[in-house]
Amino acid sequence: MITLQTIVDELGLVVLTEARDFGAVTPASGYASDLLSCVMAGAQKRSVWVTLQAHANIVAVAALLDLSAIIITEGAMPDAASIARANQEGINLLSTPEPTYTVVGRLWELGLHTG
Amino acid sequence: MDAEPLRTDRVITDGAANLISRVEELAYELTIAEVMSRDPRAIAPGTKMGEVMETFREARISGAPVVANGELVGIVSLEDLIRALRESNIQAPVGEYMTRMVLTVKAHSPLIEALKVFEQRHVGRLPVVDDDNRLVGIITKGDITSGVMRALQYDYQEEEVRKYRARHLFEDIVSDRTSLTLRYKIAHGAFAQGGNASSHIKRALLRLGASPQIARRCGIAIYEAEMNLIIHATNGGMIRIEIEPHRILMEAIDDGPGIYDVEQAMQPGYSTAPDSIRELGFGAGMGLKNIQRCVDDMYIDSTPGRGTRLELRINMPPQESLGDAARKTGTTEERDDHTTNHRR
Repeated sequence: MITLQTIVDELGLVVLTEARDFGAVTPASGYASDLLSCVMAGAQKRSVWVTLQAHANIVAVAALLDLSAIIITEGAMPDAASIARANQEGINLLSTPEPTYTVVGRLWELGLHTG
Repeated sequence: MDAEPLRTDRVITDGAANLISRVEELAYELTIAEVMSRDPRAIAPGTKMGEVMETFREARISGAPVVANGELVGIVSLEDLIRALRESNIQAPVGEYMTRMVLTVKAHSPLIEALKVFEQRHVGRLPVVDDDNRLVGIITKGDITSGVMRALQYDYQEEEVRKYRARHLFEDIVSDRTSLTLRYKIAHGAFAQGGNASSHIKRALLRLGASPQIARRCGIAIYEAEMNLIIHATNGGMIRIEIEPHRILMEAIDDGPGIYDVEQAMQPGYSTAPDSIRELGFGAGMGLKNIQRCVDDMYIDSTPGRGTRLELRINMPPQESLGDAARKTGTTEERDDHTTNHRR
């Protein structure tokens, strides 16, 4: 099973939230969308969510759905309050300059398919 | 003997991961004094090795500090005893066989300090001293294990007591019909607070003993209702949740602008949200559809210019009802009565 640590390493992601033992986090699936309601409808528990949204509400969505991590694409940067909220809720925020399409492709190559 | 590396590739579950980090935390939170053995069975350097053997056997220990004139001068272990036995020299004084270079740890240091010494120096036990270097105890890896286990057990009981209290709310308070009502005020445009009400409700339901599926369904439904109030309601609105052991009633009420065509609003993809809001990822036109998917009953009452009332309901099957008593006695008939009465 692929771990979040492997994903962070392989994709060279920047960890925005507090460091955790990512080797112990095993995402079950992935989901990509910038429309929050679509994520609400489609993302499965323990998924990795790929989006270019970076506002505080993505944290609320991830917490409600028990997602493993959010990968924020195209270098979009959440504000300090959102990062603080993510730390509080135990949500892992990861960042990359790559576009969503590339990130999803890499995740699929690593074996993270839709569960 | 080489120790196995601590971290391997084995798959660790989320639960186990929590436990590991809690153990790590405890290594910093607990002090050595809290887990050490307080009666160190100090031995005088003149004591014969044969007597040491007797002490070890009686006290069921495998090592002891050696103290002369109140000062720690060495440590004697089972290995030293074996050496003396092999050399048929059990009449020799402890001073001849003990280890003189004694590593010590301070009583008030965090447990991690003792763990580091054990890891680096491969010793079996460490004398514990106070600030004046007086011997106050002895610590072994076994003491650490049982100290951490005791602390974990305590944590576990604390959380269990909390959950127990919340879960028994419905049985401890006697009435013909008990419900718990939660109310949340939602301000228009308060995007930064979006999702607060829904996460609080989800947590409350889990504490009350709801299954994760029920808590998730409620969380999603309330999130969408919450965001609708933030985006669309002129003056914001109110979310009201009434929790009973067998069902959850949810209401979102606002005083405008009202929905002109409820049927159209239900269509996936239809949204009246302005572009500025769509850019944030809202206004996908999926909200009401998402809510409908998560609840058993949904009712919208809206008058343009007057406001909207959204009423949602989730029914829990007997095996998923809140509170233990309902589950044990399985009062299905009574529950069915409630439901029918309500429908009438």
